[in-house]
Amino acid sequence: MLDAAKTPPALELRNITKTYTVKQGLIGKRRPLTAVRDVSLKLEKGEVLGLVGESGCGKSTLAKILLGLEPPTSGEVLVDGQALGVQDRLALARRIQPIFQDPYSSLNPRKSIADIVSLPLRIHGIGDAASQQKAVRDMLDVVGLPPRVMNTFPSQMSGGQRQRVAIARALIMKPEIVICDEPTSALDVSVQSQILNLLGDLRAEFGLTYLFISHNLAVVEHLATRVAVMYLGRIVEDVSSDDLFDASAHPYTQALLQSVLTPEPGLGVPDTQLGMAYPNPIDPPSGCGFHPRCRHATNLCSAQAPRPVPHRDGHVECHLHDPETAMFGTD
Amino acid sequence: MANTTVDPLLEEIIGPTPGQLLRKRVFGHQGLMIGAVVLVLITLVALFAPQLAPHDPYAQSLVARMKPPVFLGGTWEHPLGTDHLGRDYLSRLIYGARVSLMIGAIAAAISGVIGTAMGVAAGYFGGRVDAVVTFLINVRLAMPVVLVALAVVAILGGSLTVVIMVLGFLLWDRFAVVMRASTRQVREREYVAAARAIGASTPRLLLTEIMPNILNNLIVVVTLEMAHAILLEAALSFLGLGVQPPTPSWGLMVSEGKNMMLFEPWLVLIPGAVLFVMVLAINLMGDGLRDVTAPENRN
Amino acid sequence: MTDTFLDVKGLTIDIPVGGGTLHAVRGIDFELKRGEVLCIVGESGSGKSLTSLALMGLLGRRIKVRAERMDFDGTALLDASPRQMRSLRGARMSMIFQEPMTSLNPAYTIGDQLMEAMLLHRDVSRAEARARAVDLLEKVGITAAASRLGQYPHQLSGGLRQRVMIAMALMCGPELIIADEPTTALDVTIQAQILRLLVDLVREMGMAMILITHDLGVVARVADKVAVMYAGELVETGLAADVFRAPMHPYTRGLLRCIPQPGKSRRGEPLGTIRGIVPSLVGEVSGCVFRTRCDEAVAACRGTIPQHWPGDGHAFRCVHASGARIAEQEGA
Repeated sequence: MLDAAKTPPALELRNITKTYTVKQGLIGKRRPLTAVRDVSLKLEKGEVLGLVGESGCGKSTLAKILLGLEPPTSGEVLVDGQALGVQDRLALARRIQPIFQDPYSSLNPRKSIADIVSLPLRIHGIGDAASQQKAVRDMLDVVGLPPRVMNTFPSQMSGGQRQRVAIARALIMKPEIVICDEPTSALDVSVQSQILNLLGDLRAEFGLTYLFISHNLAVVEHLATRVAVMYLGRIVEDVSSDDLFDASAHPYTQALLQSVLTPEPGLGVPDTQLGMAYPNPIDPPSGCGFHPRCRHATNLCSAQAPRPVPHRDGHVECHLHDPETAMFGTD
Repeated sequence: MANTTVDPLLEEIIGPTPGQLLRKRVFGHQGLMIGAVVLVLITLVALFAPQLAPHDPYAQSLVARMKPPVFLGGTWEHPLGTDHLGRDYLSRLIYGARVSLMIGAIAAAISGVIGTAMGVAAGYFGGRVDAVVTFLINVRLAMPVVLVALAVVAILGGSLTVVIMVLGFLLWDRFAVVMRASTRQVREREYVAAARAIGASTPRLLLTEIMPNILNNLIVVVTLEMAHAILLEAALSFLGLGVQPPTPSWGLMVSEGKNMMLFEPWLVLIPGAVLFVMVLAINLMGDGLRDVTAPENRN
Repeated sequence: MTDTFLDVKGLTIDIPVGGGTLHAVRGIDFELKRGEVLCIVGESGSGKSLTSLALMGLLGRRIKVRAERMDFDGTALLDASPRQMRSLRGARMSMIFQEPMTSLNPAYTIGDQLMEAMLLHRDVSRAEARARAVDLLEKVGITAAASRLGQYPHQLSGGLRQRVMIAMALMCGPELIIADEPTTALDVTIQAQILRLLVDLVREMGMAMILITHDLGVVARVADKVAVMYAGELVETGLAADVFRAPMHPYTRGLLRCIPQPGKSRRGEPLGTIRGIVPSLVGEVSGCVFRTRCDEAVAACRGTIPQHWPGDGHAFRCVHASGARIAEQEGA
């Protein structure tokens, strides 16, 4: 907290909240749904922050806010220490670029590959047609695609090739931060590893900072330097990757880790003891959002929401680890 | 270097271009081809009417009234006979194609512009804009087209211009409905989000990311509404409230022939058949275009 | 009653496409005993889902299915009449699909859908069917089961829907369950629960299960036997323990190197890859289909590929008996 005087983080979220109003049923009344609840997060330069959580936890909403696709209800986003609102959208687009999950839906089917990759240059009016063509060719080479794909269309390509095109489009403006939203979950296993390797190489080559959103902890563990675990709109634990497997503190993180099925025969399927249902974000449980599924839950957990407490080099939000409440104990 | 992770040459580019695929599907679609050929023929006839028509469509000849067509014993002087004022029926049919096509094309264009603008705006912006447009669509759908058209024509008087304008301002509903739905669908695609994250402006998003991907649906509605407008014009003219005599319109020709229908049925059957063939051709083409532009929606 | 109750030999699936025939599955063999879990693993285009649909007799008439043998407990599935197949489907063999939302009919309550198959296949009253439905919903871990019967699919979460699908598949007490990517659409935490549930049920009820997946982690944890498919061929089969501890086919080995394994693969280090893409299966297919992507391909890969048996029940097809693998281990 005190080191804010140093170089500002590449990206910082301060108390971001995003609330939607949803209508239930045909004549139901409108009710608020808080997708992201007072989230603060820092992303240092060159870091790969993995953001994990189940569907509905708010990780994609967070990504949309970071890309400027949705305004937060409250709180601010800082890029290099400057608040996002102050910067205009074009300036933001130069610094933060997305790579989406589904390479079949993220490329406009009516445009040629050259048009898709050069679109950022054209929108920002960078260079003339000839230099844009050259930039596209160079960028395609960087992501491992031959120049002859320039005149082809997305429908002619395989999923892995399309994802390379999406990466080329994201990187052509030389952004500092790339938001990868499940970039490999729609791909085959053998293609997934190619894309993960490519993302790793590009990070080293261009000094990129990644926010890597995924539900696959094995993938996150492989690529990320730090991992933030999200549950019901809150970051419940924020821990360095080195500590993730041996020093994760939150029971939810531990359950997630247990659910990772490594290809080791004979171990069987783990029992996560999570119960089943992810809570409905419209009716979040009282106190700690995780308490109905938590095997350590006590009366305190349903009564009072835990506060973030420092843990290793990050933080955790759990009564078990809060020195002031831990005395009420687990058992 | 990043590109050492995979040898790109081993990844072949699969499949033909979308253009090649489209061409293959267009020329492989019988209905579409038949409709297109017929429509092109009718258009050519309309364009070259002065060269093709054997007589002046307005020239009356009281001595040559109600001559039968050749297949009913008439002469080659008037291959399709003459009407009750002795005007050459073939020439009137040929000039009538101009009226029908013009009304279909212009009315569809006017309503297309109105409906597409409303539909795309509603689909893209949602919220209040959507509520207003949806309300307008419902209002429009609650109005019976023929009755409203009759009323307007009755007040303003029938003329080609009035008919075209009335139809143009009445037939936008299907454009609005279809474009609204298509836009909503395309808006959610990630390439639109990607373009927004690049910093593309809203007009640019609408023009370059959304419009090209809803164009196929637009083309289908254009053909359907063209056929719709042509039939409505015929109906209005038949009721005497559309194109006014002596302009040769197919609907008017049916109307003028109806008094003699029992004795000279060909006076009604010939323009009726031509109208039928033209509307059928347009609909075949519309259906065909829907099939070839969105093959994933079939089966 | 024989020990092996599902016996498939030389299963071939051809799909006529514009301009030729897509040889989607070419001569695959496998067998299954009661109480066993067979995982068919492969990437998209491997033909694993087609194989399962062929077993259920659910492929359209246009698609040609041939086999030397495809016997289910003595019934030749390919010779069975549509009527016989219908009485097998849902009663003695049933299927669980990937997407529980689209597999459940939104217009009917889950109670109706659960009871339908049973009322159709078994001579039972509605009350009996209802009791069985409640019983099974409880068994698959759904609380307040009786009250759930009146609910519609959209009122349930994805995990609950998949549980309902499983309960539905179990209604008539099938002997064989085919699950096609049953957990792919679910969150990891739910995936573990559903898989546990399936495996426990198979053991408890003495059923056999074919689980189709692309996820090697799922295979390793669930399977007794593994069949690795690539581009319509079975490239390696064997007991899960053998295939994972000593993978023989270059494709199996390549796949295992592709996945990050916490604690095993080092962070940030490049993962293994398999270059290239699956070849087109339209027209004549000969030799080893994997040769275009294989690092160990030699000229002989264009010819007939021999089958090797490195262990009991462990088989793979490759021109390299084991030499390539040994060379690789020495290199490592």
